[in-house]
Amino acid sequence: MSTLFVDGAVHEDRWVSVDGEQPVPEGEDVIVSLAVFEAQSHALVTRNAGRLGVYLEAGDQIEAIADHLDHIVLVALDFPSFADGRAFSKARLLRDRYQFEGQIRATGDIRIDQVSHMRRSGFDAFQVSHQPTIDSLIEDKDSGLDLFYQPAVGDSAERIAGKNWARRAL
Amino acid sequence: MYRYDEFDREFVAARVAQFRDQVARRVSGELSEDNFKPLRLHNGVYLQLHAYMLRVAVPYGTLNSSQMRMLAHIARKYDRDYGHFTTRQNIQFNWPKLADIPDILEDLASVEMHAIQTSGNCIRNVTADHFAGASADEVADPRPYAEILRQWSTIHPEFLFLPRKFKIAVIGSPSDRAAMQFHDIGLEVRKNDQGELGLRVFVGGGLGRTPMIGKLIRDWLPEEDMLSYCEAILRVYNLYGRRDNKYKARIKILVHETGLEELKEDVEVEFERIRDGVLKLPDEDVAAITEYFAPPQFDQIPERSDSIEHAKLDNRSFARWVGQNVSEHSQSGYGIVTVALKGTGEAPGDATSAQMDVLADLGERYSHDELRVSHEQNVILPHVRLSDLKAVYDALLEAGMASPNAGLITDIIACPGLDYCALATARSIPVAQELSQRFADLDRQNDIGELKLKISGCINACGHHHVGHIGILGVDRRGEELYQVTLGGSGDEQAAVGEIIGRGFAADEITNAVETIVDTYLSRRLSDDETFLDAYRRLGPQPFKDALYPAKEAA
Ligand code: SF4
Repeated sequence: MSTLFVDGAVHEDRWVSVDGEQPVPEGEDVIVSLAVFEAQSHALVTRNAGRLGVYLEAGDQIEAIADHLDHIVLVALDFPSFADGRAFSKARLLRDRYQFEGQIRATGDIRIDQVSHMRRSGFDAFQVSHQPTIDSLIEDKDSGLDLFYQPAVGDSAERIAGKNWARRAL
Repeated sequence: MYRYDEFDREFVAARVAQFRDQVARRVSGELSEDNFKPLRLHNGVYLQLHAYMLRVAVPYGTLNSSQMRMLAHIARKYDRDYGHFTTRQNIQFNWPKLADIPDILEDLASVEMHAIQTSGNCIRNVTADHFAGASADEVADPRPYAEILRQWSTIHPEFLFLPRKFKIAVIGSPSDRAAMQFHDIGLEVRKNDQGELGLRVFVGGGLGRTPMIGKLIRDWLPEEDMLSYCEAILRVYNLYGRRDNKYKARIKILVHETGLEELKEDVEVEFERIRDGVLKLPDEDVAAITEYFAPPQFDQIPERSDSIEHAKLDNRSFARWVGQNVSEHSQSGYGIVTVALKGTGEAPGDATSAQMDVLADLGERYSHDELRVSHEQNVILPHVRLSDLKAVYDALLEAGMASPNAGLITDIIACPGLDYCALATARSIPVAQELSQRFADLDRQNDIGELKLKISGCINACGHHHVGHIGILGVDRRGEELYQVTLGGSGDEQAAVGEIIGRGFAADEITNAVETIVDTYLSRRLSDDETFLDAYRRLGPQPFKDALYPAKEAA
């Protein structure tokens, strides 16, 4: 069982995941795999009811959905293993290059010690299965530092004099 | 040199506290080794064959005497009284207890040092020319750039889980003493016709299983764009670098398989998008960091020291040491001293606590409180008055560190190998020791002249064997150690990867084989001035093959 955290709080997950052959349910908020999206992109972006999310596996590239981001309100990026860091850069591209303002959800092998890095790369939702990580997030401990040697996505942190690249959390 | 400001101090202290908590959770069993592993790796803690190993960064190789003294203290208090300087301007402690490591890190933090990102698939300790700020041929000091890169790369949230480790080296002279072109990113600081500073950027160099020379990706990058450009390279690499096979995961493979042009286009597109953003370096910040590396107050002293000239006449060993271990300084009347941690029969790069204390004292007294560690596993005193050379020499002699062999055949680079390293397939230290004994005769070494001998205990090539003029790689053949020889490699500005000369040699044959190679060179060189590498480039491998494998030639 996984627990969804959005903006730091536990959330009930109302999104329906759609992969493979199953039809996309009408009127529901759905997260479709890239294969489903590519097969039915026209139908999906012109649906009347129900919001659209896309799930990208670690090997899928953002470019595949970039032209449709106006119609997508959620992108889920998978971490097949905590050691596979591709999704960090994808979140970054979504926020910085494509100005994506919807939810960016991390899924897969998420460990507490990475959550703060994910946040700084642009993630704002976490679908977590690792129990110690769930416990820590419920207690609101993400184990990150408040000091950063590099600017990050949507940074509201304070700049450090003499180190234009460094930041302190406000 | 760079001093921590309030921000750096707080940062490192917070990191230590964080790791202390993680270690406590590991020791109590709350964290499994599996969950602890990525955390310890980002803090330089490895699990070796016999124990945990802690690898401490010496950023771009520069340290002051209190830092060197702290390294001695750590070796004495928490380890077996010695440390090992590596080929990456790090020092390794081989026997610390896990529970002690937070205290060690706290001791390090008290002298502005850390072990952050000395392991793991992240941007590693940024290295630089060990003669930076001192050498006569320098265009600009590379260390301010290396320091800015160190900061930017420290816990970069996006780049902590790269396909593989990532190494950056910076030089500021036309001569490359840092093997810059064998790094994932190599940077050369240069001046353009208008006198502005910028960088030449190489990408995709590396050693290991598939050695490659870095490719020039940008001939001129304004200094203000350094971070944006590096970030663009890292982002492209993080997205597209292979993750299916760890031996193909370094950026060199991406460059090789994608092709430089296509990769360059991706990098340039991303760079153009971000170059005028938050990573652009303000002139005043670059100037402020550069100010930390301002040269010390040198005295105006004559180019020649008569007392030293006399001492050289009196003492042949001293003269030999000066000739070999003292390099030209940019400042008249000063020299750069290389302390070779390569005494006859010693493990290359090892230094005892007592030796580190001596080095600290010498740095403080004679070298404006500065020391360097080199990728050749030596320690450098960068700013020594020529008139002080005799005093320095005498002190080194007493401490057993006056080997007059810098750059000679016994100035061997060797990785820890099977004596310590969990990945090793063969021993390297005993091979280095035997070779250093075989060639111990100083007249013979001097006659042979400049010759870089480098030994790795496995294909990962931490001993840089690919860029040895003579390289030795230890492999395992059905349970036997076998040593493969490469010739003609070079890590300098005329970068070259050595060629495998033929079948490998058993542990008890390898020293003879090296001797055969050296004798072949001596008999074939045009004059005493033709170095081994020059002769090899002229002659090619054949004469060496003929000498090494005579039976085959007859067949
Ligand atoms: S080259 Fe191999 S044996 Fe030597 S230190 Fe590196 S990994 Fe270990």
